[in-house]
Amino acid sequence: MTSPEVTEAPPGAPGGEAILEVRDLVKHFPLTQGIVFRRQIGAVQAVDGVSFDLRRGETLGIVGESGCGKSTIAKMLVNLERPTAGRIRFKGEDISRLSGRALRAVRRNIQMVFQDPYTSLNPRMTVGDIVGEPYDVHPEVAPKGSRRGRVQELLDVVGLNPEHINRYPHQFSGGQRQRIGIARGLALRPEIIVADEPVSALDVSVQAQVVNLLERLQNEFHLSYIFIAHDLSVVRHISDRVGVMYLGRIVESGTDEAIYEHATHPYTQALLSAVPVPDPEARETRERILLSGDVPSPANPPSGCRFRTRCWKAQPVCAEKDPALDVPPWFREAKGAVAHPSACHFAAEWEDEPGPGRPEAAVGPGAGR
Amino acid sequence: MTALLDVRDLQVEFRTREGVAKAVNGVSYDVAAGETLAVLGESGSGKSVTAQAVMGILDSPPGFVTGGEVVFQGEDLLKLGREARRKVRGERMAMIFQDALSSLNPVLTVGFQLGEMFRVHRGASRAEAKARSIELMERVRIPAARERVNDYPHQFSGGMRQRIMIAMALALGPELIIADEPTTALDVTVQAQVMDLLAELREETGMGLILITHDLGVVADVADKIAVMYAGRIMETAPVHDLYKAPAHPYTRGLLDSIPRLDQKGQELSAIRGTPPSLLAIPPGCPFNPRCPRAQDVCRTDRPPLYEVTDDAGRPLAGRGSACHFWKDQLHDRP
Repeated sequence: MTSPEVTEAPPGAPGGEAILEVRDLVKHFPLTQGIVFRRQIGAVQAVDGVSFDLRRGETLGIVGESGCGKSTIAKMLVNLERPTAGRIRFKGEDISRLSGRALRAVRRNIQMVFQDPYTSLNPRMTVGDIVGEPYDVHPEVAPKGSRRGRVQELLDVVGLNPEHINRYPHQFSGGQRQRIGIARGLALRPEIIVADEPVSALDVSVQAQVVNLLERLQNEFHLSYIFIAHDLSVVRHISDRVGVMYLGRIVESGTDEAIYEHATHPYTQALLSAVPVPDPEARETRERILLSGDVPSPANPPSGCRFRTRCWKAQPVCAEKDPALDVPPWFREAKGAVAHPSACHFAAEWEDEPGPGRPEAAVGPGAGR
Repeated sequence: MTALLDVRDLQVEFRTREGVAKAVNGVSYDVAAGETLAVLGESGSGKSVTAQAVMGILDSPPGFVTGGEVVFQGEDLLKLGREARRKVRGERMAMIFQDALSSLNPVLTVGFQLGEMFRVHRGASRAEAKARSIELMERVRIPAARERVNDYPHQFSGGMRQRIMIAMALALGPELIIADEPTTALDVTVQAQVMDLLAELREETGMGLILITHDLGVVADVADKIAVMYAGRIMETAPVHDLYKAPAHPYTRGLLDSIPRLDQKGQELSAIRGTPPSLLAIPPGCPFNPRCPRAQDVCRTDRPPLYEVTDDAGRPLAGRGSACHFWKDQLHDRP
């Protein structure tokens, strides 16, 4: 499949140079049958042709619902999963085929922060051991004698008391545990941090603290982030650019303004309209697009456009022709944020749509079913 | 409107090896028929424990109700015997849980589990129970209910499973439904479908709904009034519009401020500092005082009662209360 990379830097975006280039990334998990003779009877197409660039110092947000493949991408970026096809280039070098020493050297530069701070920290290790463990793998970063000091510095950087170095994870709250996970991610001074739902498991009052911390660290250490989440308002706050995923593909990408104010893909529009707004005044006036049904199985995705089974705009062409992620031809001349890649044959802004084609748009709660 | 459920000064504690955890410390709220009360709080605020005590499904031991009343249609449920209490549960009030997959029995068909309600409570025959199950599934808009009634829970998607939970709660026509984080485990597009269904059914049946959640967005969408909980206490009560427009408690203000807003892009989010207290060691005075930007000496010593919130002329504002010594300043956003 052809899918040009996420391009068009926002004006004033940090750096222009792509530090990470992902092209046509594919991950299929085989489905097998039989115990002695395992025959492959199909594949779960978790990620199916994803391309994007990450520039130095920027934050790329990836949003999508469960099962869309966003976490699988994260795992491939840090080499916890091997891609079925496609390339991941870090500073021009394809890292998806590396092994041994060369792989280890690259991995130092791409670190991960996990979602659940309760299960991603070993309960039998002290905080000092957890945060310092990366140095066992990469002793060149910190010679043995200096490690304790390094770890304490890191704890200080993420806002924990350096004297708590000998405590165990259970002695910390959820937010503090996530800080420990972040300190571990920073230990090797990586250039890229892949954060997979880093605040989803935290309480509302603590989420904001961790988001602020991530932003401060980015400025301090010139980090580039891949920020994966399902919370659209948090992603908007932290991201320079956003990619929206559905069933293993990026369906729309662009600056935060392009996605949140000028979405042209019907799935993005539905997703944005479904997010509850913390303002009771909006109850009566806001329009909601209620999608029917559930996401199809990634083991047997629909032909053509993968969203067509739930889309109110679907036409016969959507079943036959897979729409490419590209700036739609009719928007190429357009000025402003509307000209951004959108994988839809009928990409259009919600306001510009003709009346009859629209779904039963609901105004107010429960109005439109 | 007379209250359908009136919880008065409820106290619940957990006696654990580490000590006594005071999970609920004098909580009062009420719901009328046809009304939606949202109980908003973070993990450990006691919002779910309160609901469990109301339903009478508290794990005991270690949990004990140590005081207060749960008045349901004029009758204090805490004074009822086991059998009488069991009759109320399911029949007159029902609960929807967060995690539908673990709340349904994986080895029994959905139809059997729905039908059980009619067989046990109503003495219905198997055929009759099955017919009623199909009706219920249609009512919560599960497509092809007749074909799917003999399917097992794992054959349904998350949103459909939550619909089955709702169907089960509705089965006997209860007057009150307590929904504990009913959509937290669901994706946003599915969450919208399920919340809409709940709102619609509430309207249709005229039952009362208690919605327990941590999501300020969901609350703004469906609630009539709100009780904000923290460390086992009610911090603020208010009709939904008032709460979002002018909160009368610094904790509520802090929660509202920590949601990322458009105009804050590129700036720091205003976070509440610190973390919620351990229930084993709730700070004296106001439990929020260590994290509160308005805290004074009095907040560290005197526990604020739920003050009645009034307008400038001293007239009480309907349904509003705040457990803050300085609610007046907060209400008018004065420093």
